Amino acid sequence: MHQLTIEPGRAEHHYWKDLWKYRELFYFLAWRDLLVRYKQTLVGIAWAFLRPALTMMVLTVVFGKFAKLPAAGVPYPILVLCGMLPWQFFSTALAECGNSLVHNSSLVSKIYFPRLIVPASSVIVSLVDFMVSASILALVLLWYQYLPSAHIFFLPLFVGLAFAAAFGVGLWIAAFMVRYRDFRLIVPFMVQIGFYITPVAYLYREVVPEKFLLLYALNPMVGVIDGFRWCVLGGQHVLYWPAQAITVGWTVLLITTGIWYFRRVERTFADVI
Amino acid sequence: MDHSVITVENLSKRYIIGHQRAPTDGVRHVIEAAVRSPFRWLRSRNQEKKAQREEFWALNDVSFDVKRGEVVGLIGGNGAGKSTILKILSRITEPTKGRIQLEGRSASLLEVGTGFHPELTGRENIFLNGAILGMSKEEIKRKFDEIVAFSEIEKFLDTPVKRYSSGMYVRLAFAVAAHLDPDILIVDEVLAVGDVTFQKKCLGKMQEAQARSRTVLFVSHNLSAVEAFCTRGIVLSKGRVVFDGPTKPAIQHYLDSLRGTRPPSYGDVIDLCAFGSRPDRYPPQLRTLRLYDETGRPLGGNLSAGAGMKATIHVELEQPAANVNAEISFLTLDGDRVCTASSAYEKCRDESRLSGSVVFRCEIPSLPLVAGDYKLNVGLYIGQTEADLVEDAARVAVSWSDYYGTGVAPMHGVFLLNNRWAVATAADMVLA
Repeated sequence: MHQLTIEPGRAEHHYWKDLWKYRELFYFLAWRDLLVRYKQTLVGIAWAFLRPALTMMVLTVVFGKFAKLPAAGVPYPILVLCGMLPWQFFSTALAECGNSLVHNSSLVSKIYFPRLIVPASSVIVSLVDFMVSASILALVLLWYQYLPSAHIFFLPLFVGLAFAAAFGVGLWIAAFMVRYRDFRLIVPFMVQIGFYITPVAYLYREVVPEKFLLLYALNPMVGVIDGFRWCVLGGQHVLYWPAQAITVGWTVLLITTGIWYFRRVERTFADVI
Repeated sequence: MDHSVITVENLSKRYIIGHQRAPTDGVRHVIEAAVRSPFRWLRSRNQEKKAQREEFWALNDVSFDVKRGEVVGLIGGNGAGKSTILKILSRITEPTKGRIQLEGRSASLLEVGTGFHPELTGRENIFLNGAILGMSKEEIKRKFDEIVAFSEIEKFLDTPVKRYSSGMYVRLAFAVAAHLDPDILIVDEVLAVGDVTFQKKCLGKMQEAQARSRTVLFVSHNLSAVEAFCTRGIVLSKGRVVFDGPTKPAIQHYLDSLRGTRPPSYGDVIDLCAFGSRPDRYPPQLRTLRLYDETGRPLGGNLSAGAGMKATIHVELEQPAANVNAEISFLTLDGDRVCTASSAYEKCRDESRLSGSVVFRCEIPSLPLVAGDYKLNVGLYIGQTEADLVEDAARVAVSWSDYYGTGVAPMHGVFLLNNRWAVATAADMVLA
C-alpha cells in the first residue's frame, strides 16, 4: 500500500526519489512547451531554422563586411554560426528557464511536484530548438564545402556545457523571479549586454588584447564558444585552456549553488508566487 | 472498514505576515533598505524581526482522522483554514508543525483544469492534465475513451481548448479529474462550476467513488452539497477544529457560529414583554410567542426548508376591541420582508369583540424558504391600526432539505418556488 507522511522538512528527505517519480510529468511539460511553441504560426518549426539563418546573414554583413573583422581564413558565416548557435541556445534557455516558474504559477500553486522539473523542462525545449537550428550549420558547411575536423565529435560535450551553464544561471533567475519580478526586466538586458561581451560574431583572440584575455574569459560563454569553434574549425583554431577551465568551474559552481538555493526556497514558492 | 487512511496529528501552519513584507518584494526595495540603513544588519536582528513581522497561525493544532470510505466535509468561514489543510494535504506547502499520514494514492482537485493549456487541443490537454494530476501515460491511454465520453466533447477533441465554451472546458477538465480513481480524493469547490446536470453527474461520480470505498475530503461553501454527500463534517474556525461529527449537526454548528453566540430569542417560549425593540408608544399587549414544529414539538430554532410550523401568540388586550388580528412576518437578516402570516387573512376570522387574555394559534403547513436565517416580527392590529409590534422577536434557522425530491434545491434567493418544467426539442413540438 502506498504510504505518505507529510511533516515539516519531510520533502527534503525523498527529494531525489520524488524527482524520479515525477519524470513523466517532466516529459509532458517539455512536450507541451514544444507543442505550444509554434502553434498558430504559419511556418511552424521552420522558425527555429529561419531565425538563426537571418541573424547569421546580418551578423556576417555587419561584422565581416562592414567592420571587416579578421576571420583567420574561415568563411565568415561559419565563424558566426559557431558563436551564434550556442549563444542563442544559452540566451533563450536562460530566458525561458527564468520565466518558467512564473509562467507555470497555476501549476505551482495548485499541484505538488518537485519544482525543479519546471526549469529543467524549459531548458530541454531550448535544446530541441538548438538541434533544429544546428542543421543550418551543416547546410552552410556543405555550401562552402568546408570539411570540419575530427574535433567535431567533441561537440556534444560543449553542447552539454552550454546546457549546464544555462540551467545553472536559469535556476538562480527562476528562483529569484518568483519573488522579485525585476528579473523579468533584468534578463533581456543581461542577454543584450552578453551578446557584445561574448565572442558571438567575432574571433575574440584576434580582437581582444592579450592582457585582457583572461578577464574576458571570465564570461562562461567564452569557453563554450571557444570549444564550438575548436570542434568545427579544427586545426586553425586552438583551444584556449584557461577559458575552458573557467567555464567548467563556473558551470559546476552555478549548478550546485543553483540547485542548493532553488531547493532552499522552493518550499515557499506556492506561498509567494 | 474502520481503518484510518488520513491521520492528521497536531497540524499547525504559520504564515508570517510581515507588515514590511509586501514592499520588500522587489529588488529596488531591498537595495533601498540597504542604502537607507547600511548597518542595520549589525543591530540585533531578532528584535528587528519581531517588530516587523507578525505571525499568523492559519492552522493551530488540528487533529482528526478519516476512515476508509468516509466522505468528510470541511466546513468553515473564510480564513478558517480549510484551504490551508488542503494545500498541506496536497503537499503544495509544508506544515510548520505536526504530521499527516496518508495511506493510499491521493489526488487533489483544488481547481478543475489546472494546467490546461489554451493553445492545446482537447486531446492533448487530456494527456497533459492527466499527467499533472498524477496519472501515468498508460493509465490515461486506457481511460481515454471513457474520459471523452464523460465530457461529451467528442466532436471538438482536436480543437484548441481556447475555442471551447466555458461549459465544455469545465466538463473536459472534470472528466479527466473524475477518472483519476485515487484511494483518497481531496476536492475543493469543484462543484461550484458547470450547469446543474453536469453538477449532478459530478456528484454521481463522487458517490460512485464512495461506493467503491474511496475516501473523499470535500471542501465547499455549498452547504447543501456538503449535506448531500458527506457522511461526516468537520467545522473549522480560526485554524482550529471546533466540531467533528455527523454532517447535519456540523452544518448546524457552523451556521450557529456564523451568528456568534445564539441569542435568547432562539428559545421556544419567547417573552415578548422583555423586548426593548418595541416602539415606546405601544403598551405591551403582545405577551408571549411560542414556536412549534408541525408535530407540535418545540421548534428549537431550526426548521428544514419546506417543513411546516406552528405558533401561538398570547395577547393581553388593554381594552375590549373588535377586529383584532395578530401577525407573524418573516424577514431576512438584512431586514427584507419575505412573507407574512396574519389572522386577518383567515376567511372565517373572528370579528367579534375580544377582551382580556387572547391566544392566537397559527399553523403554517409549509414554509418553503431557502436555507438561511430568518427573523420573525410579531405584530398586533386592531382594525387597520398597528397596536403592538415586536421586531426580531425570534429567529429561525432554515436548513437545506431535499425540497423537490431531486437532490438539488437553490441556495440563493429567498423562497423555494414550486415549479414544473417540460423540455422538448423543436422536432418534438412539430410532431406533437
